Amino acid sequence: MWDYVKLIVLGAIAVGAAIAANYGHDLAYTVNAIEVMLAAAIAFVVVLRGVGEPKVVNQGEYLDGVIRAGVIATTFWAVVGFLAGVFIASQLAFPWLNFEFLQGIGNFGRLRPLHTSAVIFAFGGNALIMTAFYVVQRTSAARLWGGNLAWWVFWGWQLVIVLAATGYVLGGTQSKEYAEPTWYVDWLLTVVWVLYLAVYAGTLMKRKEPHIYVANWFYLSFIITIAMLHLVNNMAIPVSLLSSQSVQVTSGVQDAMIQWWYGHNAVGFFLTAGFLGMMYYFVPKQAERPIFSYKLSIIHFWALIFLYIWAGPHHLHYTALPEWAATLGMVFSVILWMPSWGGMINGLMTLSGAWDKLRTDPIIRMMVVAVGFYGMSTFEGPMMSIKSVNSLSHYTDWTIGHVHSGALGWNGMITFGALYFLTPRLWNRESLYSLKLVSWHFWLATIGIVLYASSMWVSGIMEGLMWREVDANGFLVNAFADTVAAKFPMNVIRALGGALYLTGGLIMAYNLWMTVRAQPAKAPVNANNFVPAE
Amino acid sequence: MCAKKVTKVQGQVPTTGHSWDGIEELDNPMPRWWVWVFYVTIIWGIGYTIAYPAWPLIHGATKGLLGYNDRVAVAAEIQTWDDKNAEIKAQLISTDLGAIKDDPTLASYAENAGAAVFRTYCAQCHGAGAAGVQSLGYPNLLDNDWLWGGTLDDILTTVTHGIRNTTDADARYSEMPKWGVDGLLEDAQIDDVTQYVLQISGQDHDAAKAAAGQQLYIDNCASCHGETGEGDRAQGAPNLVDKIWLYGSTPEAIHQSIYYSRFGVMPDWGARLSEDQIRAVAYYVHALGGGE
Repeated sequence: MWDYVKLIVLGAIAVGAAIAANYGHDLAYTVNAIEVMLAAAIAFVVVLRGVGEPKVVNQGEYLDGVIRAGVIATTFWAVVGFLAGVFIASQLAFPWLNFEFLQGIGNFGRLRPLHTSAVIFAFGGNALIMTAFYVVQRTSAARLWGGNLAWWVFWGWQLVIVLAATGYVLGGTQSKEYAEPTWYVDWLLTVVWVLYLAVYAGTLMKRKEPHIYVANWFYLSFIITIAMLHLVNNMAIPVSLLSSQSVQVTSGVQDAMIQWWYGHNAVGFFLTAGFLGMMYYFVPKQAERPIFSYKLSIIHFWALIFLYIWAGPHHLHYTALPEWAATLGMVFSVILWMPSWGGMINGLMTLSGAWDKLRTDPIIRMMVVAVGFYGMSTFEGPMMSIKSVNSLSHYTDWTIGHVHSGALGWNGMITFGALYFLTPRLWNRESLYSLKLVSWHFWLATIGIVLYASSMWVSGIMEGLMWREVDANGFLVNAFADTVAAKFPMNVIRALGGALYLTGGLIMAYNLWMTVRAQPAKAPVNANNFVPAE
Repeated sequence: MCAKKVTKVQGQVPTTGHSWDGIEELDNPMPRWWVWVFYVTIIWGIGYTIAYPAWPLIHGATKGLLGYNDRVAVAAEIQTWDDKNAEIKAQLISTDLGAIKDDPTLASYAENAGAAVFRTYCAQCHGAGAAGVQSLGYPNLLDNDWLWGGTLDDILTTVTHGIRNTTDADARYSEMPKWGVDGLLEDAQIDDVTQYVLQISGQDHDAAKAAAGQQLYIDNCASCHGETGEGDRAQGAPNLVDKIWLYGSTPEAIHQSIYYSRFGVMPDWGARLSEDQIRAVAYYVHALGGGE
């Protein structure tokens, strides 16, 4: 019965999308409609083939297939996202890379959102969804709720990514930073996210552990807050049901404020709270040490959740935003410093007593560097939110350096650690293919980040100083183009740092691939059966 | 660093008794420094929001005890410079443009001020170094070829009123016919004229076509560009016999200019810049090397 409902819905979507593709007003819309049609058709066939099959589910076993798929997707999108980043960084250094034949699809303006979405939502998003599913099962001693609903979340998320990416290069965008996807992609994302929440919360509700582990607080707060942010920031009215274009409900400074309330909390909840969830599981597991302080995790969790949501206005200092809002944004950002560092302290202190592992275990080393960069960028962030600092740093490369020390250093490194942790376990392998390659990855990535971040600091501060430089009569000394010319060496170093980071990612992909392919399987002693830990 | 000490402490610290997938939690107190820095930032935050505009009320927001305001601060800073430069600005306006160079202080001011204005408002099209964009219609201001004249007064007029804009009635204006688009000349005739223009500018050309183009040129083009092709500054008609080309000197570019015409536009800066700024930038451009 339920299968027939699915078939009818999927069939209707496929036919509807085909019609929409035929009548679409713009290329991005038409291509997206064709993609939706294909996705629905494939899902239709898959469901159809499963009709009437007996569904044997061992409720005493974790649902790990979707997590294996998540590991593959995370690794794949990592390489794609880093590659796009290296390419656009090179375009900034060498503008001739905006080839004539790429105009309108592959010039910097089209590829920049492709890069940011690929790394944040495709790489980061898959990492979060996949690890959340893994962690919630292990720490709840329960199989994922909702049958194969988790698979729908996984494939729905991939569809969102593909729709968004193809839309960007063809000009389908609503021009909101980190919220570029067009209105129908936003709708699909909403559905997928609600399913994600349902699977996650459903699993938590049927947990066999008496308490909810701290990692799950962070994951849950991330899922709920992102849902709220996404809905409010994407309130838009389509100009036509057959067009990719839409009009925002709010306008002017209200729209800007909502956009940066969203934008900053995408950082705060997607890239901070969600990844702290990851940190709280994988660091103690890999270090085989207890969490340093339960009290600290409670206090810093609630402080972080409460404070982050107010910090958005610091993206709009010295603009049309009323001054009082900017003041509050700045003040909350500075108070956020310690709550952010609570996670770093708990992560680093958890490792105390296991410092010797830094020498022998490159995965631990990655996690330590991740937590270190987390601490550094959560100090840098509050500092840059201070108005007088911001007047120098805003709109310069410093901001880009700040974002990347967080993204490459914290989000990237902790995810790499999680991937190295998960792959042998999920595929039931005795160990990773090569720890030496992990070491190579570690050093390439770390040197890459250092090159990236330091070149952007130099470039950003220089840019800010050049912009404000005035002569004895108060006249500006430099033209904008002068700053562009002066940034050239730093842009080259930045691209080089990115290339090192990408190389590390490729090495990781190879290492994980060989782990699955070539490593001997572990003896299958109840590998997947779980036992409540209490 | 402090691993030893912490290990010792941890030996005595009990866990909370929970365990998830083998993960336990120690019952360590929060680090004191962490708690105190957190308190200090909160206290600082409260103080800061009392001192500066911060809390929204029903009408407006709290103004802050220090009475500080961003807009007032910016206005004050601008005023500082205005006051400082008021005298020399007045001097710049009252001095005859040609006499500026005789007063070293004024000349230095005009050049720096003009350079700043240029970098802010003009560099987008003419380039930071004023070399224009070759072949794309943004004139090079460093050479001695001028479409509308290169004296100080000519440049002042061009900057003030702009070229072919719709916002200033006194903008410099002229319009070349779209010879091809409007069917005024056959395509083959345009080819002939193109070859003739190539000939008079001393480039490789097809002699037969150029000969055929000569009469067409005399009939159609000479009224603006002159019998010999030396152009006419009164109507911004470019000189066709020099080596300087605004839109390129290839046969394709010349053919395109004749077929579609060109219509370069420049804003009327008189509407946006103050008189002293305009005089300064005119002086600066004149002094770049090509001024007459």
